[in-house]
Amino acid sequence: MNFEAIKELIDQHFPGAIKDSQADVLQPWLYIGREDLQQVAIFLRDHGPLSFDYLSLLSGVDLGKEKDELEVVYHLYSLLYEHGIVLRTRTSKSELEAIPTVSHIWKAADWHEREAYDMLGIPFEGHPDLRRILMPEDWEGFPLRKDYTSAESYHNIKIDY
Amino acid sequence: MKIPSLPNHEETQLSQKEMLNRAAPNKYKIEDLKAEEMILNIGPQHPSTHGVLRLEVVTDGEIVVEVVPHIGYLHRCFEKHAESLSYPQILPYTDRMDYLSSMNNNFAFVMGVERMLGIEGTLPKRVEYIRVLVSELNRIASHMIALGTYGLDIGAFTPFLWTFRDREHIMNLLEWLSGSRMLYNYIWVGGLFYDLPVGFEERCQEFVDYFRPKMDELNKLITDNEIFVKRTANVGVLPLDTAVNYGCSGSMLRASGLKWDLRRVDGYSVYPELEFDIPVGKGEMGTIGDCWDRFKVRVDEVEESLKIIEQCLQRLTTDHKRTPLFDPREFCPPKARPKAQELYVRAENPRGELGFYFVADGRSDKPFRCKTRGPSFSNLSVISEISRGIFLADLVAIIGSIDIVLGEVDR
Repeated sequence: MNFEAIKELIDQHFPGAIKDSQADVLQPWLYIGREDLQQVAIFLRDHGPLSFDYLSLLSGVDLGKEKDELEVVYHLYSLLYEHGIVLRTRTSKSELEAIPTVSHIWKAADWHEREAYDMLGIPFEGHPDLRRILMPEDWEGFPLRKDYTSAESYHNIKIDY
Repeated sequence: MKIPSLPNHEETQLSQKEMLNRAAPNKYKIEDLKAEEMILNIGPQHPSTHGVLRLEVVTDGEIVVEVVPHIGYLHRCFEKHAESLSYPQILPYTDRMDYLSSMNNNFAFVMGVERMLGIEGTLPKRVEYIRVLVSELNRIASHMIALGTYGLDIGAFTPFLWTFRDREHIMNLLEWLSGSRMLYNYIWVGGLFYDLPVGFEERCQEFVDYFRPKMDELNKLITDNEIFVKRTANVGVLPLDTAVNYGCSGSMLRASGLKWDLRRVDGYSVYPELEFDIPVGKGEMGTIGDCWDRFKVRVDEVEESLKIIEQCLQRLTTDHKRTPLFDPREFCPPKARPKAQELYVRAENPRGELGFYFVADGRSDKPFRCKTRGPSFSNLSVISEISRGIFLADLVAIIGSIDIVLGEVDR
Protein backbone atom coordinates (compact mmCIF):
# COMPACT_ATOMS: atom_id res chain seq x y z
CA MET A 1 0.00 0.00 0.00
CA ASN A 2 1.43 3.37 -0.91
CA PHE A 3 1.81 6.40 1.30
CA GLU A 4 -1.26 8.32 0.09
CA ALA A 5 -3.54 5.35 0.72
CA ILE A 6 -2.15 4.81 4.21
CA LYS A 7 -2.58 8.49 4.99
CA GLU A 8 -6.15 8.49 3.78
CA LEU A 9 -6.95 5.40 5.80
CA ILE A 10 -5.61 6.93 9.00
CA ASP A 11 -7.44 10.17 8.27
CA GLN A 12 -10.67 8.21 7.88
CA HIS A 13 -10.37 6.35 11.16
CA PHE A 14 -8.75 9.09 13.23
CA PRO A 15 -9.81 12.48 11.89
CA GLY A 16 -7.41 15.18 13.00
CA ALA A 17 -4.71 12.81 14.20
CA ILE A 18 -2.36 13.72 11.35
CA LYS A 19 -0.99 17.16 12.15
CA ASP A 20 1.41 17.34 9.25
CA SER A 21 2.89 15.16 6.54
CA GLN A 22 5.32 15.21 3.67
CA ALA A 23 5.16 12.92 0.66
CA ASP A 24 7.78 14.29 -1.75
CA VAL A 25 10.80 13.04 0.17
CA LEU A 26 12.74 9.77 0.07
CA GLN A 27 10.83 8.35 2.98
CA PRO A 28 7.42 10.04 3.43
CA TRP A 29 6.40 10.79 6.99
CA LEU A 30 3.32 11.54 9.07
CA TYR A 31 3.31 13.77 12.11
CA ILE A 32 0.89 12.28 14.62
CA GLY A 33 -0.24 14.18 17.69
CA ARG A 34 0.90 12.78 21.03
CA GLU A 35 -2.62 12.07 22.27
CA ASP A 36 -3.54 9.90 19.24
CA LEU A 37 -0.24 8.10 18.90
CA GLN A 38 -1.14 4.89 20.70
CA GLN A 39 -4.45 4.37 18.90
CA VAL A 40 -2.85 5.03 15.52
CA ALA A 41 0.01 2.66 16.35
CA ILE A 42 -2.36 -0.15 17.31
CA PHE A 43 -4.38 0.48 14.15
CA LEU A 44 -1.25 0.40 11.99
CA ARG A 45 -0.22 -2.92 13.47
CA ASP A 46 -3.56 -4.68 13.55
CA HIS A 47 -5.43 -3.38 10.49
CA GLY A 48 -5.28 -6.17 7.88
CA PRO A 49 -4.03 -4.40 4.75
CA LEU A 50 -1.48 -2.39 6.73
CA SER A 51 -0.06 -4.84 9.31
CA PHE A 52 3.04 -2.90 10.27
CA ASP A 53 4.38 -5.69 12.42
CA TYR A 54 8.02 -4.62 12.60
CA LEU A 55 9.42 -1.55 14.34
CA SER A 56 12.79 -1.07 12.67
CA LEU A 57 13.93 1.90 14.67
CA LEU A 58 12.75 4.39 17.23
CA SER A 59 14.96 7.43 17.53
CA GLY A 60 14.90 10.55 19.61
CA VAL A 61 16.07 13.78 18.00
CA ASP A 62 16.87 17.13 19.55
CA LEU A 63 15.74 19.70 17.00
CA GLY A 64 18.40 22.23 17.90
CA LYS A 65 19.33 24.85 20.45
CA GLU A 66 17.05 27.54 19.07
CA LYS A 67 13.98 25.28 18.99
CA ASP A 68 12.24 24.13 22.13
CA GLU A 69 11.35 20.73 20.77
CA LEU A 70 12.30 17.10 21.01
CA GLU A 71 11.16 14.63 18.41
CA VAL A 72 10.59 10.90 18.38
CA VAL A 73 10.73 9.17 15.00
CA TYR A 74 9.29 5.71 14.39
CA HIS A 75 10.39 3.69 11.37
CA LEU A 76 7.78 1.01 10.79
CA TYR A 77 7.85 -1.81 8.32
CA SER A 78 5.54 -4.60 7.31
CA LEU A 79 7.30 -7.91 6.76
CA LEU A 80 4.13 -9.23 5.16
CA TYR A 81 3.52 -6.57 2.50
CA GLU A 82 7.02 -5.08 2.41
CA HIS A 83 5.98 -1.47 2.80
CA GLY A 84 7.18 1.06 5.30
CA ILE A 85 6.20 4.34 6.87
CA VAL A 86 7.72 6.95 9.15
CA LEU A 87 5.80 8.41 12.06
CA ARG A 88 6.94 11.30 14.16
CA THR A 89 5.71 13.06 17.22
CA ARG A 90 7.01 15.89 19.32
CA THR A 91 7.23 17.20 22.85
CA SER A 92 8.61 20.46 24.15
CA LYS A 93 11.91 20.68 25.99
CA SER A 94 10.63 23.05 28.67
CA GLU A 95 7.33 21.31 29.43
CA LEU A 96 8.44 17.72 28.74
CA GLU A 97 4.96 16.28 28.40
CA ALA A 98 5.30 12.53 28.29
CA ILE A 99 4.94 10.70 24.99
CA PRO A 100 2.77 7.59 25.25
CA THR A 101 4.80 4.43 25.05
CA VAL A 102 4.46 1.93 22.21
CA SER A 103 6.49 -0.72 23.99
CA HIS A 104 3.40 -2.89 24.56
CA ILE A 105 2.58 -2.72 20.85
CA TRP A 106 6.06 -3.49 19.55
CA LYS A 107 8.31 -4.95 22.22
CA ALA A 108 11.26 -3.71 20.18
CA ALA A 109 10.38 -0.21 21.37
CA ASP A 110 11.15 -1.13 24.98
CA TRP A 111 14.91 -0.73 24.79
CA HIS A 112 14.78 1.97 22.13
CA GLU A 113 12.55 4.12 24.34
CA ARG A 114 14.90 3.57 27.23
CA GLU A 115 17.72 4.74 25.01
CA ALA A 116 15.80 7.83 23.91
CA TYR A 117 15.14 8.63 27.56
CA ASP A 118 18.76 7.97 28.46
CA MET A 119 20.25 10.10 25.70
CA LEU A 120 17.70 12.90 25.34
CA GLY A 121 15.57 12.76 28.47
CA ILE A 122 12.32 12.12 26.64
CA PRO A 123 9.77 10.72 29.11
CA PHE A 124 7.55 7.87 27.91
CA GLU A 125 4.29 7.40 29.73
CA GLY A 126 3.34 3.84 30.56
CA HIS A 127 6.75 2.35 29.88
CA PRO A 128 7.22 -0.64 32.23
CA ASP A 129 10.84 -0.01 33.13
CA LEU A 130 12.14 3.44 32.19
CA ARG A 131 15.73 3.32 33.43
CA ARG A 132 18.93 4.53 31.84
CA ILE A 133 20.28 1.88 29.53
CA LEU A 134 23.70 2.87 28.19
CA MET A 135 24.89 5.54 30.63
CA PRO A 136 25.52 4.85 34.34
CA GLU A 137 22.33 5.15 36.38
CA ASP A 138 23.58 8.24 38.27
CA TRP A 139 24.86 10.16 35.27
CA GLU A 140 23.81 13.80 35.16
CA GLY A 141 22.23 15.33 32.11
CA PHE A 142 21.28 13.93 28.74
CA PRO A 143 24.28 13.63 26.40
CA LEU A 144 22.59 13.92 23.02
CA ARG A 145 20.84 17.19 23.84
CA LYS A 146 22.34 19.92 21.71
CA ASP A 147 22.93 22.13 24.76
CA TYR A 148 24.69 19.42 26.75
CA THR A 149 27.97 20.40 28.35
CA SER A 150 30.44 17.60 28.91
CA ALA A 151 30.87 16.44 32.49
CA GLU A 152 34.19 17.32 34.11
CA SER A 153 34.26 14.49 36.59
CA TYR A 154 32.40 11.37 37.51
CA HIS A 155 32.50 10.19 41.13
CA ASN A 156 35.53 12.38 41.86
CA ILE A 157 37.35 10.90 38.89
CA LYS A 158 38.45 13.60 36.47
CA ILE A 159 37.47 12.98 32.86
CA ASP A 160 40.20 13.87 30.40
CA TYR A 161 39.14 14.59 26.86
CA MET B 1 4.04 12.59 33.87
CA LYS B 2 7.13 14.53 34.86
CA ILE B 3 10.59 13.30 34.20
CA PRO B 4 11.93 11.16 37.09
CA SER B 5 14.43 13.20 39.03
CA LEU B 6 18.02 12.12 38.89
CA PRO B 7 20.13 11.73 42.02
CA ASN B 8 21.70 14.94 43.23
CA HIS B 9 25.43 15.04 42.69
CA GLU B 10 26.15 16.22 46.24
CA GLU B 11 24.33 13.25 47.71
CA THR B 12 26.16 10.77 45.52
CA GLN B 13 29.63 11.95 46.51
CA LEU B 14 30.94 8.73 47.95
CA SER B 15 34.35 8.11 49.36
CA GLN B 16 36.73 5.96 47.40
CA LYS B 17 36.20 3.03 49.75
CA GLU B 18 32.43 3.27 49.66
CA MET B 19 32.55 3.36 45.92
CA LEU B 20 34.58 0.19 45.69
CA ASN B 21 32.23 -1.57 48.06
CA ARG B 22 29.13 -0.41 46.26
CA ALA B 23 27.22 -3.34 44.84
CA ALA B 24 26.36 -3.30 41.15
CA PRO B 25 23.01 -1.64 40.49
CA ASN B 26 20.27 -4.18 40.00
CA LYS B 27 16.64 -4.06 38.97
CA TYR B 28 15.54 -6.54 41.61
CA LYS B 29 16.11 -6.13 45.32
CA ILE B 30 16.64 -8.97 47.76
CA GLU B 31 13.56 -7.88 49.73
CA ASP B 32 11.33 -8.41 46.67
CA LEU B 33 12.33 -12.02 46.13
CA LYS B 34 10.50 -15.11 47.31
CA ALA B 35 12.15 -17.28 49.96
CA GLU B 36 13.80 -19.74 47.56
CA GLU B 37 14.97 -17.19 45.04
CA MET B 38 18.34 -15.54 44.78
CA ILE B 39 20.03 -13.03 42.51
CA LEU B 40 23.02 -14.25 40.56
CA ASN B 41 25.22 -11.83 38.66
CA ILE B 42 26.83 -13.14 35.49
CA GLY B 43 29.41 -10.84 33.95
CA PRO B 44 30.45 -8.25 32.88
CA GLN B 45 33.76 -10.11 32.73
CA HIS B 46 32.43 -13.61 32.24
CA PRO B 47 33.71 -15.49 29.17
CA SER B 48 30.30 -16.82 28.18
CA THR B 49 28.80 -13.34 27.93
CA HIS B 50 30.91 -12.59 24.84
CA GLY B 51 32.30 -9.31 26.00
CA VAL B 52 31.02 -6.99 28.66
CA LEU B 53 27.41 -7.96 29.09
CA ARG B 54 26.10 -8.27 32.62
CA LEU B 55 23.13 -10.48 33.31
CA GLU B 56 21.20 -10.18 36.51
CA VAL B 57 19.62 -13.59 36.92
CA VAL B 58 16.92 -14.35 39.46
CA THR B 59 17.19 -18.05 40.12
CA ASP B 60 15.15 -20.59 41.99
CA GLY B 61 17.61 -23.39 42.57
CA GLU B 62 18.86 -24.18 39.11
CA ILE B 63 15.83 -22.73 37.34
CA VAL B 64 16.02 -19.26 35.84
CA VAL B 65 13.08 -17.13 36.94
CA GLU B 66 14.03 -13.85 35.26
CA VAL B 67 16.96 -12.46 33.31
CA VAL B 68 17.71 -8.74 33.19
CA PRO B 69 20.51 -7.74 30.82
CA HIS B 70 22.55 -4.70 31.83
CA ILE B 71 24.43 -3.13 28.96
CA GLY B 72 26.44 0.01 28.35
CA TYR B 73 29.84 -1.11 29.61
CA LEU B 74 31.31 -0.55 26.17
CA HIS B 75 29.46 2.67 25.36
CA ARG B 76 31.75 4.90 23.31
CA CYS B 77 29.32 7.67 22.35
CA PHE B 78 29.25 6.86 18.65
CA GLU B 79 26.20 9.02 18.01
CA LYS B 80 27.64 11.98 19.87
CA HIS B 81 30.94 11.67 18.04
CA ALA B 82 29.12 11.42 14.72
CA GLU B 83 27.46 14.79 15.30
CA SER B 84 30.82 16.55 15.33
CA LEU B 85 32.54 14.76 12.45
CA SER B 86 32.08 14.92 8.70
CA TYR B 87 30.69 11.86 6.94
CA PRO B 88 33.99 10.37 5.69
CA GLN B 89 35.47 10.91 9.14
CA ILE B 90 32.70 8.88 10.79
CA LEU B 91 33.59 5.87 8.69
CA PRO B 92 36.41 4.58 10.95
CA TYR B 93 34.05 4.80 13.91
CA THR B 94 31.58 2.48 12.22
CA ASP B 95 34.39 -0.09 12.00
CA ARG B 96 34.46 -0.19 15.75
CA MET B 97 30.76 -0.85 16.27
CA ASP B 98 30.48 -4.44 15.16
CA TYR B 99 34.21 -5.04 15.13
CA LEU B 100 33.86 -8.57 13.75
CA SER B 101 32.28 -7.38 10.52
CA SER B 102 33.75 -3.97 9.84
CA MET B 103 33.39 -4.23 6.08
CA ASN B 104 29.65 -4.72 6.36
CA ASN B 105 29.36 -1.71 8.68
CA ASN B 106 31.33 0.41 6.22
CA PHE B 107 29.12 -0.81 3.42
CA ALA B 108 25.87 0.11 5.15
CA PHE B 109 27.10 3.54 6.21
CA VAL B 110 28.56 4.38 2.82
CA MET B 111 25.36 3.27 1.13
CA GLY B 112 23.38 5.71 3.24
CA VAL B 113 25.67 8.65 2.50
CA GLU B 114 25.71 7.84 -1.20
CA ARG B 115 21.94 7.66 -1.31
CA MET B 116 21.72 11.07 0.33
CA LEU B 117 24.24 12.50 -2.13
CA GLY B 118 22.35 10.93 -5.01
CA ILE B 119 25.29 8.99 -6.42
CA GLU B 120 24.02 5.54 -5.55
CA GLY B 121 23.96 3.26 -8.58
CA THR B 122 26.24 5.48 -10.64
CA LEU B 123 29.48 3.89 -9.49
CA PRO B 124 31.48 1.48 -11.67
CA LYS B 125 30.35 -2.12 -11.43
CA ARG B 126 33.85 -3.19 -10.44
CA VAL B 127 33.62 -1.07 -7.29
CA GLU B 128 30.29 -2.65 -6.37
CA TYR B 129 31.52 -6.19 -6.98
CA ILE B 130 34.62 -5.62 -4.88
CA ARG B 131 32.42 -4.25 -2.11
CA VAL B 132 30.20 -7.31 -2.17
CA LEU B 133 33.21 -9.61 -2.36
CA VAL B 134 34.91 -8.18 0.72
CA SER B 135 31.63 -7.96 2.65
CA GLU B 136 30.94 -11.62 2.06
CA LEU B 137 34.50 -12.56 3.03
CA ASN B 138 33.97 -10.62 6.24
CA ARG B 139 30.62 -12.30 6.76
CA ILE B 140 32.31 -15.69 6.68
CA ALA B 141 34.99 -14.51 9.11
CA SER B 142 32.30 -13.20 11.44
CA HIS B 143 30.26 -16.41 11.26
CA MET B 144 33.40 -18.47 11.93
CA ILE B 145 33.75 -16.67 15.24
CA ALA B 146 30.07 -17.16 16.03
CA LEU B 147 30.26 -20.89 15.29
CA GLY B 148 33.58 -21.49 17.01
CA THR B 149 32.83 -19.62 20.21
CA TYR B 150 29.42 -21.23 20.39
CA GLY B 151 31.12 -24.61 20.57
CA LEU B 152 33.32 -23.18 23.29
CA ASP B 153 30.27 -22.06 25.26
CA ILE B 154 28.77 -25.52 25.10
CA GLY B 155 32.04 -27.16 26.10
CA ALA B 156 33.69 -28.20 22.85
CA PHE B 157 37.15 -26.72 22.46
CA THR B 158 38.27 -28.13 19.09
CA PRO B 159 35.79 -26.33 16.77
CA PHE B 160 36.99 -23.03 18.21
CA LEU B 161 40.56 -23.76 17.13
CA TRP B 162 39.48 -25.04 13.74
CA THR B 163 37.32 -22.05 12.89
CA PHE B 164 40.00 -19.63 14.03
CA ARG B 165 42.54 -21.43 11.87
CA ASP B 166 40.31 -20.92 8.81
CA ARG B 167 39.37 -17.39 9.74
CA GLU B 168 43.04 -16.54 9.81
CA HIS B 169 43.20 -17.00 6.03
CA ILE B 170 40.44 -14.42 5.56
CA MET B 171 42.19 -12.06 7.95
CA ASN B 172 45.37 -12.39 5.90
CA LEU B 173 43.49 -11.71 2.66
CA LEU B 174 41.82 -8.63 4.05
CA GLU B 175 45.04 -7.42 5.60
CA TRP B 176 46.69 -7.68 2.23
CA LEU B 177 43.80 -5.68 0.82
CA SER B 178 43.50 -2.87 3.33
CA GLY B 179 46.53 -3.02 5.60
CA SER B 180 44.53 -3.85 8.67
CA ARG B 181 43.36 -7.10 10.20
CA MET B 182 40.07 -6.14 11.75
CA LEU B 183 39.20 -2.46 11.35
CA TYR B 184 39.52 -1.90 7.65
CA ASN B 185 38.09 1.50 6.69
CA TYR B 186 38.28 0.13 3.15
CA ILE B 187 34.94 1.02 1.57
CA TRP B 188 34.85 4.76 1.07
CA VAL B 189 32.07 7.17 0.20
CA GLY B 190 31.95 7.03 -3.58
CA GLY B 191 34.53 4.31 -4.04
CA LEU B 192 37.18 2.25 -2.38
CA PHE B 193 40.41 2.89 -0.58
CA TYR B 194 42.35 0.94 -3.18
CA ASP B 195 41.85 -1.52 -6.00
CA LEU B 196 42.36 -5.22 -5.28
CA PRO B 197 46.06 -6.09 -5.03
CA VAL B 198 47.46 -7.94 -8.04
CA GLY B 199 46.86 -11.65 -7.60
CA PHE B 200 44.08 -11.23 -5.03
CA GLU B 201 41.45 -12.94 -7.16
CA GLU B 202 43.58 -16.07 -7.56
CA ARG B 203 44.43 -16.25 -3.88
CA CYS B 204 40.78 -15.77 -3.01
CA GLN B 205 39.77 -18.63 -5.32
CA GLU B 206 42.42 -20.80 -3.66
CA PHE B 207 40.90 -19.96 -0.32
CA VAL B 208 37.40 -20.93 -1.48
CA ASP B 209 38.70 -24.28 -2.76
CA TYR B 210 40.52 -24.87 0.49
CA PHE B 211 37.61 -23.80 2.66
CA ARG B 212 34.72 -25.85 1.19
CA PRO B 213 35.90 -29.24 2.53
CA LYS B 214 36.70 -27.64 5.88
CA MET B 215 33.03 -26.80 6.34
CA ASP B 216 32.13 -30.47 5.86
CA GLU B 217 34.67 -31.38 8.51
CA LEU B 218 33.19 -28.79 10.83
CA ASN B 219 29.70 -30.15 10.26
CA LYS B 220 30.85 -33.64 11.14
CA LEU B 221 32.65 -32.36 14.19
CA ILE B 222 29.97 -30.21 15.76
CA THR B 223 26.75 -29.60 13.81
CA ASP B 224 25.69 -33.25 13.75
CA ASN B 225 27.43 -34.13 16.99
CA GLU B 226 24.99 -35.90 19.29
CA ILE B 227 26.16 -34.17 22.45
CA PHE B 228 25.94 -30.79 20.74
CA VAL B 229 22.44 -31.53 19.45
CA LYS B 230 21.31 -32.59 22.92
CA ARG B 231 22.59 -29.34 24.39
CA THR B 232 21.00 -27.08 21.78
CA ALA B 233 17.91 -28.69 20.22
CA ASN B 234 14.62 -27.58 21.82
CA VAL B 235 16.51 -25.02 23.91
CA GLY B 236 15.67 -21.33 23.77
CA VAL B 237 12.85 -21.70 21.27
CA LEU B 238 12.00 -18.34 19.75
CA PRO B 239 8.56 -18.32 18.09
CA LEU B 240 8.26 -16.25 14.93
CA ASP B 241 5.71 -13.76 16.23
CA THR B 242 7.87 -13.01 19.27
CA ALA B 243 10.91 -12.58 17.06
CA VAL B 244 9.10 -10.10 14.82
CA ASN B 245 7.59 -8.20 17.73
CA TYR B 246 10.97 -7.80 19.41
CA GLY B 247 12.55 -6.59 16.19
CA CYS B 248 14.91 -9.54 15.80
CA SER B 249 16.63 -9.75 12.45
CA GLY B 250 19.24 -11.67 10.55
CA SER B 251 19.88 -15.28 11.40
CA MET B 252 17.74 -14.98 14.54
CA LEU B 253 14.69 -14.19 12.45
CA ARG B 254 15.51 -16.68 9.72
CA ALA B 255 16.03 -19.48 12.24
CA SER B 256 12.48 -18.84 13.43
CA GLY B 257 11.29 -19.78 9.97
CA LEU B 258 10.89 -16.53 8.03
CA LYS B 259 12.67 -16.20 4.70
CA TRP B 260 13.82 -12.65 5.22
CA ASP B 261 17.07 -11.29 3.90
CA LEU B 262 17.58 -7.62 3.10
CA ARG B 263 20.06 -8.53 0.39
CA ARG B 264 17.07 -10.01 -1.43
CA VAL B 265 14.26 -7.79 -0.15
CA ASP B 266 15.95 -4.45 -0.76
CA GLY B 267 18.29 -5.80 -3.43
CA TYR B 268 20.93 -3.19 -2.80
CA SER B 269 24.23 -2.95 -4.67
CA VAL B 270 24.74 -5.84 -7.13
CA TYR B 271 22.99 -8.49 -5.03
CA PRO B 272 20.09 -8.80 -7.52
CA GLU B 273 22.61 -10.01 -10.12
CA LEU B 274 23.94 -12.75 -7.87
CA GLU B 275 22.45 -16.11 -7.14
CA PHE B 276 22.18 -17.37 -3.60
CA ASP B 277 19.64 -19.05 -1.38
CA ILE B 278 18.29 -17.87 1.94
CA PRO B 279 18.59 -20.61 4.55
CA VAL B 280 15.82 -20.80 7.13
CA GLY B 281 15.36 -22.80 10.30
CA LYS B 282 13.46 -26.04 9.69
CA GLY B 283 13.49 -27.58 13.12
CA GLU B 284 15.36 -30.65 11.90
CA MET B 285 16.60 -31.62 15.35
CA GLY B 286 13.87 -30.17 17.51
CA THR B 287 11.56 -27.19 17.25
CA ILE B 288 11.76 -24.37 14.72
CA GLY B 289 13.63 -21.45 16.24
CA ASP B 290 15.73 -23.33 18.80
CA CYS B 291 19.43 -22.81 19.39
CA TRP B 292 20.41 -25.58 16.99
CA ASP B 293 18.44 -23.93 14.18
CA ARG B 294 20.21 -20.65 14.76
CA PHE B 295 23.54 -22.46 14.58
CA LYS B 296 22.54 -24.35 11.45
CA VAL B 297 21.34 -21.21 9.67
CA ARG B 298 24.77 -19.65 10.20
CA VAL B 299 26.50 -22.76 8.88
CA ASP B 300 24.31 -22.65 5.77
CA GLU B 301 24.91 -18.93 5.30
CA VAL B 302 28.62 -19.56 5.09
CA GLU B 303 27.93 -21.85 2.13
CA GLU B 304 25.82 -19.17 0.48
CA SER B 305 28.52 -16.57 1.03
CA LEU B 306 31.03 -18.86 -0.65
CA LYS B 307 28.70 -19.06 -3.66
CA ILE B 308 28.48 -15.26 -3.82
CA ILE B 309 32.25 -14.93 -3.55
CA GLU B 310 32.80 -17.32 -6.44
CA GLN B 311 30.35 -15.42 -8.63
CA CYS B 312 32.00 -12.11 -7.74
CA LEU B 313 35.43 -13.51 -8.55
CA GLN B 314 34.13 -14.80 -11.85
CA ARG B 315 32.79 -11.35 -12.82
CA LEU B 316 35.86 -9.56 -11.50
CA THR B 317 38.12 -11.61 -13.75
CA THR B 318 35.95 -11.41 -16.88
CA ASP B 319 33.42 -8.59 -17.37
CA HIS B 320 34.83 -6.14 -14.89
CA LYS B 321 38.45 -7.07 -14.83
CA ARG B 322 41.34 -4.96 -13.72
CA THR B 323 42.37 -2.21 -16.13
CA PRO B 324 45.28 0.18 -15.77
CA LEU B 325 42.91 3.14 -15.97
CA PHE B 326 40.60 1.99 -13.21
CA ASP B 327 40.68 4.40 -10.30
CA PRO B 328 38.63 3.30 -7.29
CA ARG B 329 38.66 6.84 -5.88
CA GLU B 330 37.54 8.49 -9.10
CA PHE B 331 34.02 9.19 -7.87
CA CYS B 332 34.83 9.95 -4.25
CA PRO B 333 33.24 13.34 -3.67
CA PRO B 334 35.78 15.90 -2.42
CA LYS B 335 33.14 17.18 -0.04
CA ALA B 336 30.20 15.14 1.18
CA ARG B 337 27.47 17.67 1.89
CA PRO B 338 24.00 16.20 1.35
CA LYS B 339 20.93 18.37 0.94
CA ALA B 340 18.63 18.84 3.92
CA GLN B 341 16.89 15.49 4.25
CA GLU B 342 16.40 12.44 6.41
CA LEU B 343 17.08 8.88 5.54
CA TYR B 344 16.85 5.51 7.20
CA VAL B 345 19.14 3.08 5.44
CA ARG B 346 19.47 -0.58 6.27
CA ALA B 347 21.65 -3.44 5.18
CA GLU B 348 22.05 -7.09 6.01
CA ASN B 349 24.94 -7.59 8.39
CA PRO B 350 26.11 -10.97 9.65
CA ARG B 351 24.03 -10.30 12.75
CA GLY B 352 20.99 -8.79 11.12
CA GLU B 353 19.56 -5.49 10.02
CA LEU B 354 22.08 -2.71 10.55
CA GLY B 355 20.35 0.63 10.15
CA PHE B 356 21.45 4.24 10.15
CA TYR B 357 19.02 7.09 10.53
CA PHE B 358 20.59 10.27 9.18
CA VAL B 359 19.24 13.75 9.61
CA ALA B 360 21.15 16.20 7.41
CA ASP B 361 20.49 19.91 7.75
CA GLY B 362 22.04 20.85 4.41
CA ARG B 363 24.25 23.54 5.91
CA SER B 364 27.16 21.48 7.16
CA ASP B 365 29.22 18.43 6.29
CA LYS B 366 28.28 16.83 9.57
CA PRO B 367 25.10 14.87 10.25
CA PHE B 368 22.63 16.66 12.49
CA ARG B 369 21.71 13.29 13.96
CA CYS B 370 23.07 9.84 13.20
CA LYS B 371 21.11 7.22 15.08
CA THR B 372 22.23 3.64 14.70
CA ARG B 373 20.20 0.50 14.92
CA GLY B 374 22.53 -2.26 15.93
CA PRO B 375 21.10 -5.67 15.09
CA SER B 376 22.51 -7.21 18.27
CA PHE B 377 20.73 -4.55 20.33
CA SER B 378 17.29 -5.75 19.29
CA ASN B 379 18.34 -9.40 19.19
CA LEU B 380 19.61 -9.24 22.75
CA SER B 381 16.45 -7.63 24.11
CA VAL B 382 14.52 -10.85 23.49
CA ILE B 383 16.68 -12.85 25.91
CA SER B 384 14.54 -12.32 28.99
CA GLU B 385 11.50 -13.50 27.04
CA ILE B 386 12.99 -16.83 25.93
CA SER B 387 14.95 -17.59 29.09
CA ARG B 388 12.15 -17.94 31.62
CA GLY B 389 11.95 -21.30 33.32
CA ILE B 390 15.03 -22.85 31.77
CA PHE B 391 18.09 -24.33 33.45
CA LEU B 392 20.98 -22.04 34.20
CA ALA B 393 23.31 -24.07 31.97
CA ASP B 394 20.95 -23.51 29.03
CA LEU B 395 21.16 -19.76 29.54
CA VAL B 396 24.77 -19.89 28.35
CA ALA B 397 23.64 -21.82 25.28
CA ILE B 398 21.03 -19.14 24.53
CA ILE B 399 23.42 -16.19 24.89
CA GLY B 400 25.87 -17.89 22.54
CA SER B 401 23.19 -18.63 19.97
CA ILE B 402 22.10 -14.98 19.81
CA ASP B 403 25.65 -14.12 18.70
CA ILE B 404 25.98 -10.66 20.16
CA VAL B 405 28.82 -8.24 19.69
CA LEU B 406 28.79 -5.82 22.57
CA GLY B 407 30.60 -3.16 20.60
CA GLU B 408 27.44 -2.82 18.58
CA VAL B 409 24.93 -3.20 21.40
CA ASP B 410 26.54 -0.34 23.31
CA ARG B 411 27.93 1.61 20.36
